Amino acid sequence: MTIATPSPAPADAPPAPRTIYRHRVATRLWHWLNAVTIFIMIGSGLTILNAHPHLYWGAYGANFDHPWLNTIHWPSYVTIPAHYNLAIARRWHLLFALVLAFSLLAYMIVSVANRHFARDLRVRLRDLSAANLWHDLREHLAFRFHDPADPRAYNIFQKLSYVLVIFILIPVMILTGLAMSPAMDAAWPWLLDLFGGRQSARSIHFIAASGLTGFIVIHLVLVILAGPINEVGSMLTGRWRVPEEAA
Amino acid sequence: MSLITRRTLIAGGAAGAGLLLSGCDQVAQVPALRKILFSGEIMNRGLQRALTNRDALAPEFSAAEMSPRFRVNGTHNPNTAEYTAMVAENFAHWRLQVGGLVAKPLSLSLAQLRGLPARTQITRHDCVEGWSAIGKWHGPRLATLLNAAGIRDAARYIVFTCADLYGGAPYYESIDLVDAFHPQTILAWALNDHVLDVGHGAPVRLRVERQLGYKHAKYVMRIDAVASLAGIGLGKGGYWEDHVDYDWYAGI
Repeated sequence: MTIATPSPAPADAPPAPRTIYRHRVATRLWHWLNAVTIFIMIGSGLTILNAHPHLYWGAYGANFDHPWLNTIHWPSYVTIPAHYNLAIARRWHLLFALVLAFSLLAYMIVSVANRHFARDLRVRLRDLSAANLWHDLREHLAFRFHDPADPRAYNIFQKLSYVLVIFILIPVMILTGLAMSPAMDAAWPWLLDLFGGRQSARSIHFIAASGLTGFIVIHLVLVILAGPINEVGSMLTGRWRVPEEAA
Repeated sequence: MSLITRRTLIAGGAAGAGLLLSGCDQVAQVPALRKILFSGEIMNRGLQRALTNRDALAPEFSAAEMSPRFRVNGTHNPNTAEYTAMVAENFAHWRLQVGGLVAKPLSLSLAQLRGLPARTQITRHDCVEGWSAIGKWHGPRLATLLNAAGIRDAARYIVFTCADLYGGAPYYESIDLVDAFHPQTILAWALNDHVLDVGHGAPVRLRVERQLGYKHAKYVMRIDAVASLAGIGLGKGGYWEDHVDYDWYAGI
């Protein structure tokens, strides 16, 4: 068996696209598991919300009380299941709540151990300077999302949004979810103190879910703008091609 | 990056999301997948029971924190001939039967039940639909009755059979012994300092404070200690569990 030796590239050819290993396997696994889980949580959550589409502040709240928000009736093309079935929606929601919580926990442990958080998500004080924020905002508006000097690094808006999702929004979803469980309220009454009562927890659950939905929309738009084949591919294989302008 | 590839990818993503949505509906129909979907209840109950104190008390509130109006839900009036007759005579001949796997079956009048030592608790009622109401409940602990009847070692569940009919059969619910002997599990005969009215389950309803509203059986007529839920109704431990797939464990 012979191995073909590649002929050396002509000197005047353009440089081959540079690829770097950007996403570790734990990050990629959690990303896709989380993508499916959050999709199911939002769909089944909207069915559950359809059962009583009114949100209150405080410990109690029912038909004769004053809601701060009456949501729309969520249409069948965004709910799980499509046709209203509270029991089945709860089955989806409460099973995947376990997936959401325990996969976040596992991802956090691995990401501390492999220094993903420290290397990629640590927000430094100088990142938050007005000059840097203004610079990164201008770069965003010009559709340049990578620092040519260090294309692997996340820009400040990426860092802040990932930190928001991983350390605030998803943990708030989990804790407000637990605060709605009457058995958990008996066992861990601090959950109610933390959020100001069960109906407040339910309202905050909805607000955090809206925040996550907003993140997903912006995330998808930016993936499309940054080059979806390269971005989705890197989240599948880990290997990311450094964009021409950043090379 | 060519626009067509982008379009293909976006369309592909949207189609994928649509497939996943309709896929979720299919899953609930396939028996093996349905079993996985329904296993969340066992995992959640197991985790809650393993990680938290089984005797923890549900939060209790002050009179100032009560709902101004405690809404009626579920059956507003059983409206059967028997129940209407009982209301007309102010439950004078109503008897609560306690039986099943007990050493000494009981048959209590309302006066006897009201004569038992009672607990008063201002607690939050959480409906499976999402709303909550806070009210003041008063009545004897279920444990008092179960101890008086002497439940046998083989008993695992307590079943409540009610006066209101659903699909022609009496509403029923069941709880395990952890909740049955919990200090806040009471047979309430008063709400907000008034004798329980028809809408809220007269003359007696169950309060099982660490679970959702549908477990709190209204119009209770019979209490039975049983070894298994099989053979009662469709065997899943309650009307909603039997007919619309609600979780039997409603602590979450």
